This record gives sequence, structure tokens and C-alpha cells, in this order.
Amino acid sequence: MRREIHFRLNGEAVSAQVAPHESLVEVLQESFGLYGARESCGQGLCGCCTVLVNGRAVSGCLYLATLAEGFEIQTIENGKELDAVQQAFIETGGLQCGFCTPGFVLMTRQLLDEHPDPDDDTIRHYLSGNLCRCAAYPEIIEAVKLAARTRRKA
Amino acid sequence: MKRATQSTETPQIGRSVPRLESWLKVTGRAEYVHNLRLPGMLYGRIFRSTVAHGRIKRVDVAAAQAVPGVYRVITSKEVREIVPEPYYGPAFHDQPILAIDKVRHVGEPVAVVLASDPHVAEEAVHLVTAEYEELPAVYDEVEAMSSKAIVHDALKPAGTFPDLKHLKGRTNTNVALDFHLRRGNPETAFKGAHRVFEHRFRTQQVMHTPLEPLVSVAESTESSLTIHTASQSPSFVRIEVARLLGWPENRIRVRVPFLGGGFGAKLYIKLEALVSVLSLLTKRPVKISLTMEEQFFTITKHASTFRIKSGVSQDGRIVARECEVWWNGGAYADIGPRVTQKSGFTAPGPYDIEHVAIDSYALYTNLPPAGALRGFGIPQLVWAYEGHTDMMARELGIDPIEFRRKNLLRDGRPQATGTVMRDAAIEKVLERLEVLMDWKSRHDKGTGTIKKGRGIAIGFKACVSPTTSLAAVNVNADGSCIVYCSTADMGQGSDTAMAQIAGEVLHLAAESVTVVHSDTDVTPYDMATLGSRSLFHMGNAVKLAAEDALKKLNQLRSELQLPADCPVPDIFKKKYGMQAGNVIGTGSYIPTYKSPDANGLTDNATPFWMVGGSGVELEVDTETGRVRVTRLVNVADVGTPINPRIVETQLSGAAIMQLGFTLHEKMEFDAQGQLRNASLAEYKIPGLLDLPEIITNEAVVAEQRTGPFGGKGVGETGTFGVSPAIANAIHDAVGVRLTELPLKPEDVWEKLR
Repeated sequence: MRREIHFRLNGEAVSAQVAPHESLVEVLQESFGLYGARESCGQGLCGCCTVLVNGRAVSGCLYLATLAEGFEIQTIENGKELDAVQQAFIETGGLQCGFCTPGFVLMTRQLLDEHPDPDDDTIRHYLSGNLCRCAAYPEIIEAVKLAARTRRKA
Repeated sequence: MKRATQSTETPQIGRSVPRLESWLKVTGRAEYVHNLRLPGMLYGRIFRSTVAHGRIKRVDVAAAQAVPGVYRVITSKEVREIVPEPYYGPAFHDQPILAIDKVRHVGEPVAVVLASDPHVAEEAVHLVTAEYEELPAVYDEVEAMSSKAIVHDALKPAGTFPDLKHLKGRTNTNVALDFHLRRGNPETAFKGAHRVFEHRFRTQQVMHTPLEPLVSVAESTESSLTIHTASQSPSFVRIEVARLLGWPENRIRVRVPFLGGGFGAKLYIKLEALVSVLSLLTKRPVKISLTMEEQFFTITKHASTFRIKSGVSQDGRIVARECEVWWNGGAYADIGPRVTQKSGFTAPGPYDIEHVAIDSYALYTNLPPAGALRGFGIPQLVWAYEGHTDMMARELGIDPIEFRRKNLLRDGRPQATGTVMRDAAIEKVLERLEVLMDWKSRHDKGTGTIKKGRGIAIGFKACVSPTTSLAAVNVNADGSCIVYCSTADMGQGSDTAMAQIAGEVLHLAAESVTVVHSDTDVTPYDMATLGSRSLFHMGNAVKLAAEDALKKLNQLRSELQLPADCPVPDIFKKKYGMQAGNVIGTGSYIPTYKSPDANGLTDNATPFWMVGGSGVELEVDTETGRVRVTRLVNVADVGTPINPRIVETQLSGAAIMQLGFTLHEKMEFDAQGQLRNASLAEYKIPGLLDLPEIITNEAVVAEQRTGPFGGKGVGETGTFGVSPAIANAIHDAVGVRLTELPLKPEDVWEKLR
């Protein structure tokens, strides 16, 4: 049932034995000890399981791991130093319990790649697929704007 | 993580220190029980009742047991091999670890399938079958008062609370607590009143929806048990599991890392007793992680009905008030009886009323259990009394703020219970709301099909009492500091606040202080992280512990004839000849309290009051009934904010959560007690698109003199005023009054026709 798949994970070539029904989040957790992408709603509605596949954000709890064969996967654990987005979330206090935070950080990076200077409306729509039950939303909007400013200066 | 280590004279209180665990959270490395895997661990999947009330005739697990990879299937029969009386609960010992003889709500756990592979357990759980003899069920809290359907054959109070003792062994009732308060002579006062108003309000059943669903892991030996759990109350878990097993507390260890949200869902016993028994039965570590769907069947917020009646004098003073509140506790009491009593104290609202009658009832029904959710019943009450207040002001032709001000409960005046108000900035909160809402200026009423309205509401809460917190503060030989406390950081920032408090006493930067997470083998007792009590109770305990450590350091200085300003590392060097040793300070805090008398009166109901108000501006589309909140103002008395930024996030976060409970969220049950919307696809929690355009939060200048450095709790305060402020604003916009939550567009639309 299980078969070996090969892909790049946070810049490194890796392989894993996966069953056809296993999601990308499960494989990241069980085979690689990466817990930053996590299942919450199980329906792709909350964004807690966000993972980048070939640079695009997907819901890792709905994405079958076998589909990742040959692809480039990036998770929140990628990178040694904090980037402008992570620093902005810390500085503005755009997090509380932290469970949704990795998803917001990854989506914010993608948002800023596409819209380097987003207005409030763009931010709200772009991140509307990420839920934060602690509702640190005003601070998250502030964080996105701060990160945008920092990135534009760099 | 980079951390400052140098000592500092900078005040730590009032600093917006970023959360100590920020780095861990933005890099996805924070520890949650969700992440935990242990060698040889089994995953449990729960088979749940499909009927709301029934006798269990048969549970067939053979097909599930036969699935390759299934380790074992467990029912209550096996549970009783370990725990003969497997009933738990903080107020009543009414909830079985797995259903015994009867099921009392749809979704009640009946059996558990265990397997090393969670997918195997999941597949097998669908093969378990059960047969029930269905019994008449009751779902409505008011009907439950007189219904022939009785949820529990006999009541079993836990014995912890004196006001529940009289219910022991009572049969033929669904009332799990009745709280009554009589002050003055309401009957006569009503007769003498110029006008009498009576209204009825309802709130719906909703769910906490922490994004980290409930999860627990247990591992055991023949004589010890370790429970890793996403719990707000590790000390309670230890004591309750010890009671169930008949073990001493020291054989049970409860560990709690970070919580992915809590809001009251993760209190008392949820999965902990179940995983403990499963681990003891299988001699393997066992993990159960609920799905989002399963959370809806586990713990919820009370639906409620509130009949409120007021007598008003000719000059607009409220002279008498009668409150009758029914709380829908669902099938198991959880902490509902405490919600009923503690919120009962403040049911008449923040008004100075001479004659008061309160009757508050906790009811069993055949719905999923209800407990505490961010406010301990207060948002349900404020919803009613602030709608009522607004309706009266309109009828009397008095400005709603003026009417409130006229009747406001002022500092130094006794509240309904007889407890005198101290350090409760009710007047200031109302005053600042008026200013921030620009209340006196002319107000735009909108044009065409878009009408505009505004509304305000204020509420208050007596912090639950009496409760205990203990803490220890350890100063190491290099002068660095570790705080040991069992407060769970579920996002409210308690680690940071405790580090600031210890740092303030010991002249250390909060960033340099380590806060050890709950581990009952290590961290001292704490009642629980609930009801906005931690900053006050644990904050006081941490402050006492830090002061104790400081005193011991100073004693060492003088014993060793060192100058008063001798750096801490030099004390240890002189004492032990090298970098060795440590100093441990301890602190314990329990406020004074007096139980209410036969009339529900007490002159010491609470150690502190929380006050919160909200103002709302909104638009109503008269063609669709759709409501759009354009501005939300939240004002609160939080004492001295220990960390202003975290305080603001708590205030606005609570208000936005309450916005969801006001406009969107509702657990929808059909006539058979089946829940129709147990998923985030059909149960909508607020997202970024639901935010009001403008949100303003303000902590009024205030001080809680008995709190640590003037501070007090804030986690719930932002919820109080939101719902009635919105209903009041809708009324203002289109003249339509809604008295039942949530405020749905179709209801507005229908009332407009």
C-alpha cells in the first residue's frame, strides 16, 4: 500500500513512505517531525494547515501527500532567521494562542509577493481563508502593513 | 531565541513586552499536546450516541474488533474494571467516562476503538453499532422545569459546593441548581411604581471553537499516570482523576504545554479521565484528539431565557427589578451550577436598585453539555438587561445614556447581593463610551434603504470566588529567575504577565524570566485558568513569591555581611564558594469570601469587579435585513494594564468573538436533538471580512487596589456589551427590536414587514 515518494522539503531533497490516503500535514508531522502546519477544521476552511506547494499555498490537511512527488514543499519551519513578516507579527502582537499563526505568516508572504503595498480591503480578502478564534485580526492587519513597509524598504 | 539577561531598573509594569513565546509561535515551534507522539502510542476514536435520550439495549463491537490493526474496543464495562464508579464533574458527579445504561444527548461517547494507526481506528469506529430504547427528551430550558422527561434519575452533587448539598439524591427534577436572591420588598415596590416594564430575552447555544480541538494523552505504569492535556485546569484534573482511581495525588502527573485556544472549553475533565482509563487498561500510551465536529458534542455555552421586569418611578429611577433566568445546561452539569449562582449575583445589572428578586435555575436537558464560555454567563445576562434598559429608556423618552447614568451603581454603593462596590469604574466606562461615541453630536440616520443606528451597553461581573492560586519563584545562582505556576497560557499572555510581575519585584527584564508551564509534579496548585481570575489571583501569588525570594536574598546579604546593593550572583558565590544554590520564594493567595445567606445576600461576593461597555454604529439594509457594523468601541475597567498591548488584544479579541455570537453563530438542532451544523462550513465564526471597519478599545484610568500592581483580569470584559449594543443600534436604525440571539438578517427583515 505504501510507496516511496521523493520531493524537496524546505530546500532539501527528501523521501517518505506514504499511504494513498495520507495528507501532506500527516506526513510532515509523522515522517519529518514538523508540526507548524496543523489540522484544525479538517475542511480547508481555517488555514491552520497551510503549506506551500511549488510556492503556492494549499490546505495541507486536504492535500494528498502522494501528489507531492517531485514537488517543492515549504513549511513555516523553512529558514533560519525570522523574516519581515514574522518580525511584524511579533512587533504588532498579531498572535495570541499561536495555533493559526504559521498559516497567517505563510499567506501573508504570498499576499505581499503579489501585492507589495496592500490596502485594508486587499488584506481582508486575501487572508479571509485564515481564521483566528482569538480574533487578533486588527493586530494581524497591522502586522501585514508593517511587514509590507519593511519589505519595500529592503 | 534572543533574550535580554541583564538586570534592569526599568519598570516592568505597563510595558508592552511582546509575548515571551513569540518566536516559538511565529516559527511553528510552540509545544501543544496536538504535537505529542509517544512510543507505542494508541489512537482512540470515539463511537457516539445517535439518539438524544435512550436506554442502551446493546452495543456491538465485534465487527470493529475484527478490523486488522484494531488493538481493542472499549465500552463502559471495561471502564468499570478500573473505575467502579466512573462518574465525574466539578459540581455534580453526573458524567460517565463512557455511557452507562443510558445516553443523554446526541454525540455522547459510548465506546472507543484503539489502534496504532488513527485511520484504522477511524474506519473501525464506523462498524460499531448500538441499539437504544428511545426515551422522551427535553431540549428547552424553560420546558425542562416542568417536563416529564427527566435527564438524570437522581442528582449527585459533588460535595464541593455547600449550595448544592440540598440537591443530593433528589429525583424527578431537571433543576441542577436554583439560586434565589431577595433584597428589599420588590412586590410592594412594583405596586408603587409609576411604570412597569417586562421583557423576555433568549440566547442560543454556541461553541467555543478553539482551533486546537480538545486533545489528551495518557501514559501509565502499574503505579503512576502521566496525563498530557490541553487543559485550563491541571490541578483539578489531577484531583479528579485521583478521586476516580482512588489514588493519592502524587501518583498522577498532569502536564500542560501551550493551548491552542481555550475560552472555557478546556476546563475540568474533558478527555482526561477517558485516556487515563484507556492507558491503564491497555498499558500503552493513548491519545485522543477530537475533530472540530466532535467539539460541538463535548462542551458548549448555555442557551438561556431571561424574564426581566422593572418598576420605574416618575422621575426615571428604577425602583424594583425581578429577574428570572433559566440556563440550558445540557445533559451534564459541568460548571453550569456555578454559572447559575455566580452570574445570578449580578443579574440586575450595574444599576442601583433598592428592591430586587432574582431566581436563577440551572437545567438539565438532552443537548450537549454547557459550561463556561468567556464570561461565565455574564454575556447572556447583559444581553437581556441592557436590551431591557434601552427599551425602557425609549418608552420613557429619556436618552439611553442619561437613563443609565441616572440609575448607575456607583462606587461605595451596595450591589444586589449587598456587597459594596469598590474599584469598579462603572461611571467612567459609561462616560468614556459617551465621549468616544461622540454621543451628543447629531447622528446620521442614513438615507434610502440604508438606515444607520447607534447603541451602547454596559455590563459588569463579579469574579468567581473563593479560589486559590499558589506560585514559586526561583532565583538561580547567576541571578536569573524561574516562575513556577499552573496558569495555562492559552493565548491570553499569562506567561508574559507573570514574568512582568516577577520581574518588577526582582528588578529583572520580563524577557529574562522563564515561566515553567503547568506540571503538577513541579508547579504548585492553582484552581484553574478561568473567569479572568489568573492575573489577579496568580498575579498576587507570583508577586508574593517574588517578594518572598527577595526577602530571602536580603536576609542572605545581611547574614553574609554583604552590602544591600550586592549583585545577586555575588551572594551565592560568597555563600557557596562557587556558582551554586538557589533561593525559592513561595506565595499563596486566596481572597476572603462570604457565602450568600438564605436570601442570596452577602457583603463579600467577590474579590474584584470587571466592568465593560461597548458602543456600536451600524447600517441596516431595509431590503435584505442585513446588518453591517461599521464601528465598534470597547471600553473597560481593567485596573492598571500590566501589558497594555496584550490587554488591548484581549479586549478587542473578546469583542470580536462576541460579535460572532451576536450575528452568526448558533448550534442548530432539529426536533430530535440532532445537531445540523457541526462544522466550520456551516457554523460560521468571525473572519477578517466580518470585522467592523473601525474598532476602538480603551482601558479607563483605574486601579484595582487589591490586585498585583493595581491590575485585574481582562479576558472576558470585552464580551459584555457587544450583543445588546448591536440590538440597541438596530432598534435605533429601523425601530425593530430583536430579543433573541443571533440577530439574523431574516429576522430583521421579517420584523420590518
